[in-house]
Amino acid sequence: MRIRFDSDQWSEIFSALARNKTRTFLTAFGIFWGVFMLLLLMGGGRGLESTLANNFAGFANNSGFMMAAPTSEAYKGFKKGRMWSIETRDVELIRNSVPELEVISPTISNWRGSAAYGTNTSSVTIKGEFPDVDKIDDPKIRKGRALNDVDVNKCRKVCTIGSRIVEELFTTDENALGKFIIIDGIHYQVVGICGKSEGGVSIGGNATTTVHIPYTTMQHAYNRGNKVDVLCLTAREGYKMSDIQKKVEAVVKRIHTIHPDDTQAVMTVNAEAIFAMIDTLFQGVSILVWLIGLGTLFSGAIGVSNIMVVTVKERTTEIGIRRAIGATPTDILTMIMSETIVLTLVAGMSGMTFAVMVLQLVERALKDDTSGATFQISFGIAIGAATLLALLGVLAGLAPTIRAMAIKPVDAIRDE
Amino acid sequence: MMIQLKGLHKTYKGAQPLHVLKGIDLEIKEGEFVAIMGASGSGKSTLLNILGILDDYDEGEYTLNGTLIKDLSETKAAGYRNRMIGFVFQSFNLIPYKDALENVALPLFYQGVSRRKRNAIAMEYLDKVGLRDWASHLPNEMSGGQKQRVAIARALITHPQIILADEPTGALDSKTTVEVMQLLKELNQQGLTIIVVTHEADVAAQTNRTIHIVDGQIV
Repeated sequence: MRIRFDSDQWSEIFSALARNKTRTFLTAFGIFWGVFMLLLLMGGGRGLESTLANNFAGFANNSGFMMAAPTSEAYKGFKKGRMWSIETRDVELIRNSVPELEVISPTISNWRGSAAYGTNTSSVTIKGEFPDVDKIDDPKIRKGRALNDVDVNKCRKVCTIGSRIVEELFTTDENALGKFIIIDGIHYQVVGICGKSEGGVSIGGNATTTVHIPYTTMQHAYNRGNKVDVLCLTAREGYKMSDIQKKVEAVVKRIHTIHPDDTQAVMTVNAEAIFAMIDTLFQGVSILVWLIGLGTLFSGAIGVSNIMVVTVKERTTEIGIRRAIGATPTDILTMIMSETIVLTLVAGMSGMTFAVMVLQLVERALKDDTSGATFQISFGIAIGAATLLALLGVLAGLAPTIRAMAIKPVDAIRDE
Repeated sequence: MMIQLKGLHKTYKGAQPLHVLKGIDLEIKEGEFVAIMGASGSGKSTLLNILGILDDYDEGEYTLNGTLIKDLSETKAAGYRNRMIGFVFQSFNLIPYKDALENVALPLFYQGVSRRKRNAIAMEYLDKVGLRDWASHLPNEMSGGQKQRVAIARALITHPQIILADEPTGALDSKTTVEVMQLLKELNQQGLTIIVVTHEADVAAQTNRTIHIVDGQIV
């Protein structure tokens, strides 16, 4: 088999494709649109995923949370429906009996607080925390510092505040750091400003309207005693949160005399499970994207194949003449195949270029809103798409080529 | 001997097998100018197709310039057609989107000759048939006689051993018929073997020898 392919072949291909410009254009458009849709959908999926990933940034994904709820089983003389609380002394007991835990940090919160500075006021959520909670939910301090152990030990009246609170209490040219703000009647000094954005995931509500104060300060100021609202946990590397959480639950139930089979008394949230769910969701989205995109692309390729078959039929005489004056079957194969592949590739590459352009525009337009989400397809995907196109071109060329090869010169040039 | 046919049989298979050639024996010497005549359905086109290696035959032997032409592969047949045979058709069979020069050069393209070289050779042959000035014209911009001369130039470009012409004047008026026949005669005088299939008696009269086919046999 001998294949001639040189600059002449190119001019042959282009003169053949240029003969019926409207038809060539419309056929090419099918492929163009297929590639465009495939890449645009992929870019969209990618953008969505990275937007969400940004929201989860700074949030430990191997973490869990535990809260108390009324019991649902009678146990050892206690009636069901008893309200109980996690207490500060539980923390030490749990830490001793469940060594797989990396961080165990109690928090208390007040959801309806108000903060004031001068005449400005703002509705806030107040959270009393230990510094180690930052390992689970990083506040991304933008200015100043985070709360530390000394703050907790000395019950300091200091706070870090979210960006919305800064906007509401201070004018733009005022520096909030070091100022004293009044929260529920008590003065606190602002030591840090959190950088988390509104859409971000954080424990217990919107990070931009949250005030963080030392745990001990909160205990005293709000008269909370030993009661803990939420227990935040993270697992050591190599352990799964879902396994550890059961152990912690058992310990807590033993301490507070709760029936071991009570499923409602201890409320748990497992971030690992949520992350796994989101992962699955995105796998589903990407499968859908591939299905739709490839479907569109395939219908485009079938369109090309269809038109090429018609073209071959129209060119029966021409192919017959070529055969009569010495074209081998291989020459005809090269001719039809290369026309199909060139058509597919040129159309596909234009589709790719256009998709990349649109994605770039989208990315630029959303730059501020979604804090650097990436919509643009990767170079690897582009290479993959180009390979796919070449392959599709070959597949689309099969039917017309087989037809063209079956043309016998003697049938083609008979004009009766 | 340029062409030698011995007991050639050809049957078109189908629901009703059609025995078209019933034992053709024919010898054509080098430099002959031969006309094949016959009514439609007599088998003259089939014979021409076999001579042109466009079709195969069932029985007998066909030797072209010492080469036995039998059971060739498509690729080999294409090679022989390209180098040994020049075709001239009734409906010219030029490629409509190629200009005269490209049409004439096409057989050389399939020989792998470079563009510059084959265009130079094609120009030479266009000049020979008097169409140098029409090189860049498309077939639909030319008259029937001009188109046939382009087709003859294309047939000549590979220096074939024989020229096969199937009703070369069938689509031409009487004036251009004379021109084309004159051209074929000149080529024959230069030593080329030419076989013309025709049903026009005055075309056949201008050749050296006329072969009549009736019902698949030479009479």
